[in-house]
Amino acid sequence: MQEMIGNTDNHTNHALGEMLDKIAEHKGCGTSGGSGKSSCGSSDGPSDMAPEVWEKVKNHPCYSEEAHHHYARMHVAVAPACNIQCNYCNRKYDCANESRPGVVSEKLTPEQAAKKVLAVASAIPQMTVLGIAGPGDALANPAKTFKTFELIQKTAPDIKLCLSTNGLALPDHVDTIKAFNVDHVTITINMIDPEVGQHIYPWVYYKNKRYTGIEAARILTERQMQGLEMLTAAGVLTKINSVMIPGINDKHLVDVNKAVKSRGAFLHNIMPLISAAEHGTVFGLNGQRGPTAQELKALQDSCEGEMNMMRHCRQCRADAVGLLGEDRSAEFTTEKIDAMGEVVYDAESRKTYQELVEAERVEKVAAKEAALQELDVTDVRIMIAVATKGHGRVNEHFGHAHEFQIYEVGSFGAKFVGHRRVDLYCQGGYGDEDTLPSVVRAINDCHAVFVAKIGACPRDELKAAGIDPVDSYADEFIEESAILYFKEYFAKVCAREIEHRARGDADIRQGAFTAAA
Amino acid sequence: MAYKIIASQCTGCSACEPECPNVAIREKNGVFLIDPKKCTECIGHFDEAQCVAVCPVDDTCVIDMAYPRYQA
Repeated sequence: MQEMIGNTDNHTNHALGEMLDKIAEHKGCGTSGGSGKSSCGSSDGPSDMAPEVWEKVKNHPCYSEEAHHHYARMHVAVAPACNIQCNYCNRKYDCANESRPGVVSEKLTPEQAAKKVLAVASAIPQMTVLGIAGPGDALANPAKTFKTFELIQKTAPDIKLCLSTNGLALPDHVDTIKAFNVDHVTITINMIDPEVGQHIYPWVYYKNKRYTGIEAARILTERQMQGLEMLTAAGVLTKINSVMIPGINDKHLVDVNKAVKSRGAFLHNIMPLISAAEHGTVFGLNGQRGPTAQELKALQDSCEGEMNMMRHCRQCRADAVGLLGEDRSAEFTTEKIDAMGEVVYDAESRKTYQELVEAERVEKVAAKEAALQELDVTDVRIMIAVATKGHGRVNEHFGHAHEFQIYEVGSFGAKFVGHRRVDLYCQGGYGDEDTLPSVVRAINDCHAVFVAKIGACPRDELKAAGIDPVDSYADEFIEESAILYFKEYFAKVCAREIEHRARGDADIRQGAFTAAA
Repeated sequence: MAYKIIASQCTGCSACEPECPNVAIREKNGVFLIDPKKCTECIGHFDEAQCVAVCPVDDTCVIDMAYPRYQA
């Protein structure tokens, strides 16, 4: 591909256009990781992915890391019922984990959901995916879930349909899933050994009976594996979500990874347990801790040689709206949508906007490839935290960042390895001195932080903590900037101006993201 | 007797509603309630009361002592 770009000067604009289209098509995901697999949910296309698979994932923010900078998703909370109990979930309170924080502010009927989708699609043209992820289990509410799909397929046929399930009821619904052309199904699989499972699932409700203990876990894992195999056979892409629970299933998740890979799973998403007493969950109340950032990354790294790993999951709510790092659900309450009257679906302006996004993706990949030229081979690698509000650019003010995206940079290039949620440093225009230490703890494993802007005070404190605050890449592409920064950094190391050392561990902030938080 | 749902504990998740073999459960103001005239404690249908088996909050679907035990 570097060759292709190098040669473009000799071609007509038309040829250039065609070529860039190809690059966009095949290289959009971009990053190749040190171990061969990319950081993308999906990886970079044809090198390890059939073109028809890339076609399915390239605009899905959850299945492609690269896409998540550009495309948004929404969940509609039409599925409140659940058929199992997990020790990290308490339906009476805000649910703590993954896509089902029962904090949905309101349940929707399929009809309300369909109208909401049209309203959001018109306001957010980059919203490409509609998912049903609870707040219970999508397939424990099959009538509501599939009615919603039916309505949306009629009014907004270009929107991808997607669902998330614990897998217990999955084998019963694979045919219907296929009939609705659902290309993406997520199954939460935390164990393949009932001995482990009994410590995660107190019970399952199956065939009109409540099963507990090891029997419950055995039924669940058998149904999950059967459902996964059926989806693979049906050509549906699957993402496996696993909650990493230190001391319970952390080591076991390596076996889970092998089991799901061998059954054709496309992507594995290992997420940190979110656990706090105030959630009222079994794990929260008995003091079960979640993993640290380094424990999580080490497990993800150890599974990466096996298959694609997702590292950009924000463990979002069952009514989330927007880019993965943001939550715009408060703009689209039922009350507000009712007040909108008839919503007209504007397919044309969506298409126009998405074409602009595609052009930007091409530009981004080209910039990164250019930066990769003449990169020295070295074992030195650094971590960089980035404040961004989308488009794959360094474009957020330090004080306005709700989260930082974390990139690992080395001679392999720049690789997305995670994100850290932080409390807003800047409240109402004033920097909050109490918040800075928590921001530093969240990105303590990073050598530098890239921001569009930063005040003098946090700048000095970051420096004191050994983190280099960098605002010279404002509005530039993240990966290109990270590689350029690494080149300078490495040159200084070679010139013995600075001494390279790995940094410490970092905190994973507890609590799912909400706009209000 | 019949089962009743303790409203203050009900999450409104709706899991019980479709499982009831007697169609005795309906929603009212965001929580669910059981019609005692229709409830048979699942006797003759299942080994265990379905609302109890599927409810995510323990001790929320309970026997309502105000009614005599159901006779099949």
